[in-house]
Amino acid sequence: MYSFDLDRPVTLEAALAALKAEDAQPLGGGQTLIPALKQRLAAPSRLVSLAAIPDLCGIDLEGETLTIGAATPHAMVAGQAGAYPALAALAGGIGDPAVRNRGTIGGSLANNDPSACYPAAVLGSGAVICTNIREIAADDFFEGMFATALEDGEIIIRVRFPVPQAACYRKFDHPASRFALAGAFVARFPGSVRVAITGVSEEGVFRWSEAEAALSARFAPDALEGVSLPPEGMIEDLHGSSAYRAHLAGVMTRRAVAAMV
Amino acid sequence: MPKDHGIGASSKRREDIRFLTGKGRYTDDINLPGQAHACFVRSQVAHGRLKGVDISAAQKMPGVIRVFTAIDLEGVGGLPCGWQVTDRHGNPMQEPGHPVLATGKVRHVGDPIAVVVAETPEQARDAAEAVQPDIEELPPVLDLRGALAEDAVKVHEELSSNLCYDWGFVENNREDVDKAIATAHHVTTLDLVNQRLIPNAMEPRVAIGDFNPATGDSTLYTTSQNPHVIRLLMGAFVLGIPEHKLRVVAPDVGGGFGSKIFHYAEEAFCTFAAKALGRPVKWTCQRSESFMSDAHGRDHVTKIELALDKNGRFLALRTQTHANMGAYLSTFAPSVPTWLHGTLMAGNYRTPLIYVNVKAVFTNTVPVDAYRGAGRPEATFQLERVIDKAAREMGIDPIELRRRNFVTEFPYATPVAVEYDTGDYHATMDKLVEIADFAGFEARRAKSAARGKLRGLGVNCYIEACGIAPSHLVGQLGARAGLYEAATVRVNATGGLVVMTGSHSHGQGHETSFAQVVADMIGLDENMVEIVHGDTANTPMGMGTYGSRSLAVGGSAIVRATEKIIAKAKKIAAHLMEAAPEDIELKNGAFSVAGTDKSVAWGDVTLAAYVPHNYPLEEIEPGLEETAFYDPNNFTFPAGAYACEVEVDPETGKVEVCSFVATDDFGTIVNPMIVDGQVHGGIAQGLGQALLERAVYDEYGQLLSGSYMDYAMPRADDLPSFTVDHSCQTPCTHNPLGVKGCGEAGAIGSPPALVNAVVDALNRGGYEHITHIDMPLTPSRVWAAMR
Amino acid sequence: MTEVSMTVNGKAVSGQVEGRTLLVQFLRETLGLTGTHVGCDTSQCGTCVIHVNGKAVKSCTIFAQEADGAQITTIEGMANPDGSLSPIQKAFQDYHGLQCGFCTPGMVMSAAALLAENPTPTEAEIRAYLSGNLCRCTGYHNIVRAILAASGQGVAAE
Repeated sequence: MYSFDLDRPVTLEAALAALKAEDAQPLGGGQTLIPALKQRLAAPSRLVSLAAIPDLCGIDLEGETLTIGAATPHAMVAGQAGAYPALAALAGGIGDPAVRNRGTIGGSLANNDPSACYPAAVLGSGAVICTNIREIAADDFFEGMFATALEDGEIIIRVRFPVPQAACYRKFDHPASRFALAGAFVARFPGSVRVAITGVSEEGVFRWSEAEAALSARFAPDALEGVSLPPEGMIEDLHGSSAYRAHLAGVMTRRAVAAMV
Repeated sequence: MPKDHGIGASSKRREDIRFLTGKGRYTDDINLPGQAHACFVRSQVAHGRLKGVDISAAQKMPGVIRVFTAIDLEGVGGLPCGWQVTDRHGNPMQEPGHPVLATGKVRHVGDPIAVVVAETPEQARDAAEAVQPDIEELPPVLDLRGALAEDAVKVHEELSSNLCYDWGFVENNREDVDKAIATAHHVTTLDLVNQRLIPNAMEPRVAIGDFNPATGDSTLYTTSQNPHVIRLLMGAFVLGIPEHKLRVVAPDVGGGFGSKIFHYAEEAFCTFAAKALGRPVKWTCQRSESFMSDAHGRDHVTKIELALDKNGRFLALRTQTHANMGAYLSTFAPSVPTWLHGTLMAGNYRTPLIYVNVKAVFTNTVPVDAYRGAGRPEATFQLERVIDKAAREMGIDPIELRRRNFVTEFPYATPVAVEYDTGDYHATMDKLVEIADFAGFEARRAKSAARGKLRGLGVNCYIEACGIAPSHLVGQLGARAGLYEAATVRVNATGGLVVMTGSHSHGQGHETSFAQVVADMIGLDENMVEIVHGDTANTPMGMGTYGSRSLAVGGSAIVRATEKIIAKAKKIAAHLMEAAPEDIELKNGAFSVAGTDKSVAWGDVTLAAYVPHNYPLEEIEPGLEETAFYDPNNFTFPAGAYACEVEVDPETGKVEVCSFVATDDFGTIVNPMIVDGQVHGGIAQGLGQALLERAVYDEYGQLLSGSYMDYAMPRADDLPSFTVDHSCQTPCTHNPLGVKGCGEAGAIGSPPALVNAVVDALNRGGYEHITHIDMPLTPSRVWAAMR
Repeated sequence: MTEVSMTVNGKAVSGQVEGRTLLVQFLRETLGLTGTHVGCDTSQCGTCVIHVNGKAVKSCTIFAQEADGAQITTIEGMANPDGSLSPIQKAFQDYHGLQCGFCTPGMVMSAAALLAENPTPTEAEIRAYLSGNLCRCTGYHNIVRAILAASGQGVAAE
């Protein structure tokens, strides 16, 4: 790793002040950033850890809305987000137990790895990302592989999930990294269905509108018959062709639906 | 009734205590006063002309002690190759130089160009980034067949081509084999790839060089399976240090699997630099660095043809392999596709005519050498796959086809130059049929089908040649080393024993099982026997641990040395009891005179040896310490039968291993618990190869699978529990313990079982066009095959 | 350099670290607790797993400063007070759940964390929980049996 200073503020105000330094970068749970630093893929002059700020950690349920603090680790969501079982299950399937004890929802969303799980839940749920300066709808947040709407100095404070009537995430594990080779998050709301696909597209997580339309018309696995993703623009690498990934996205979506009916 | 001590007992491992409490002492746990840290600058391109290296900026970086390039390694020789193969025309293989640091050219991604030595590891790494190699890129040589084209770019300009050797075995069989295949009732042909693997012992390599200016002695601490071999190769060929001025220590080593046999550049560099700088120099490999600097394994492209008569009797076998050597010849690389591969092509079967052709090829990739099984997995995979394919083509049950061709009479001389001393292949197959419940398969298949899954059953046999030796034979085959093993047994005055062995334990539990052997022979508590290994300063010259040889060869040396101890102790006991030595019996740690009630305890005799007041000094020397070198007169031939059941998800192509059963004949078993564990681990590595693992280079020679993010290691939830049985035992006929070796069996026998099972599942599921899928059988490959 | 203080295996410790100093480096290099290992640089292998405030954490993927004030347990703190093997360690020995020993500290720490969360896990739960701990020697078979045994559940003889 290149040398840097590490700040560990305990208040949001102090964190935001520290992040004003040149080349400062926020540090969530570090489960992606620290390996990247080891590979010398990033050279921040200052890292500002958000993990020690009590206000950023926790889970709240108010009516039909579940709010999760940005620095809440995956293990806590897995164990305490029972009000949104599909989300809890998704969090419980990220990485491995030790990673889940450190990795955070805010860190995952800010990184927007094209194969990460949380972006599918956020986009599939139509969640709202609350930052220190604004609220961003999930549909406006993800801007392609490793790119988000976050601006310099803007950090995620919490994420607000509308709890759907039913939801399910189905993930096909990448054989090496255990990220999603393909993952489908299906959420059913009164009058609408949202389907978010991760792991598949070169543009990162996306909503599969054809599947949403078919499932909105009739919510059943066979409603997806004849609905498929084109391989164009899908990730192709040593672990699978673009056609395979497109196909897997369909299988995962159908299985998610099957688990919900 | 299982035994509770000695040979045959599942004694708990004594080494576990230190490993379980964090007190193991691995090389990276060692820090010497004043040590500096090395970081290697490695080529980021696969092939290029190295026109210069600008180290000026790096030298000025904080903490930098010195930056080395090839010109700074005055007097340092290249890394030697320990095996010379003769090609089918009688010519020696082409053997390029292998410099410690690149000179003239870089030949693979990861090829070391320079080394920064600095006060801290991070300072060394900071400065390594500032080293500027001037490289003119050349087109990389990556395709094995393309590398042999007339106009192919050459990896080594000084060689006439990229062909290391064109080996034919047995060359005199060639025409007869061709004829038999041309006229046979049935010929089954299979083209396959045995993919490149990366060994990935969990402990990355580490080297620490140290130099004592007072004595002029050098010491290397290294993660090695064979410290004596490293001392010999590095001392004699690379650094010119005589053995008596060089000590190599391999302390606790976190797994090897072959990758820690070889002598690596980093070891030579740290030893050299410690002397040059006058302070210890430590290098700790990062995992991502190990992917491009540890020798890789396998990487064969093969065509195999099996000729059968109408009854399914094997008539002839012909195989043609292109074997990837990588950019340089690693220490034992040439032996792997030849003598460890061609000699095993008969398998468990009576095939009268066999011809093996291997073309070893240089490419711009990491060097390839022995990895768990080394050549034998490649032989077993192609043979057992082609037999399965033949069975399907001819409509013969795959087990029956194998049984029809089993070798049943021993000794059996194969047409590929080895002689199996003993075995019983029907017995292991019978046991397999019993344990694996083949009768219940159809019901299990129907259950899977009800869940939308395709179930399949794969069976295969394997044989391997272990205990690699004898020296006179391997010498004829091109080995530039002897392959004996040595042991010194030192009995202390108060009766405890220290056994110093040239074998090295890096997970195999020698400290426990070797003690069991010695304690059993004398009739003592195992805790009275201490096993010392891993340090050239206090062990006799031995060749180390690989090829499942430790108990068969190293254990035999211990037996021979202990026999000498017992013989001498009997003479002392005879003197003490005023009897004839031939009348002395040793039982349960006490000497008695046959037919009398006279006896003396073990401790009385050992004390007399060191306090020789009442002692036959005119006949024997005082003391009780003996050394034996054991050079076997043949390989050992473990064999077995494996079965695998899988479920394939037809929608995703994902293969789930439902069960895995292994029946092995390892001859005599010293510690059944340890043997089970060795087989479990071998199976996991074999299934890792069959399902998950693959080193992949892109068209530029960049390693795409360069970390655990892309190189799929088998994890706990990828595998089932295994059923292993080694109740079938035909003891080896030519070593004193009757042992055969068990370390590699699982890795050799399991890949074909899995692939056979998947092909079976797909065929039963209506995908009859699928006759083979290359490993690893990843979901995407299986899915693609079904399209 | 920054001063950090924490409790490691019940003992208060402190030391000077850089921002980039990983917790595993602090344990191994500053405190000399070399039982915790480093087997990869991508947070996959799990040989470095320790407990931070009672939770399993990969000590190669947390900075030493982030553990300031924390309660740390490493493999060196897992034996019984009299130095004898604790039940989990004993089960690893009894069931031959280790070979080369390199992954073992991380495996034991993960196993302890699992049993704290789930005192009687199934085989499938054990395998899932260990998915972040690589072992190249055992094929996991005997590790799973050891953990089943440590949890007080019956383990079939082999």
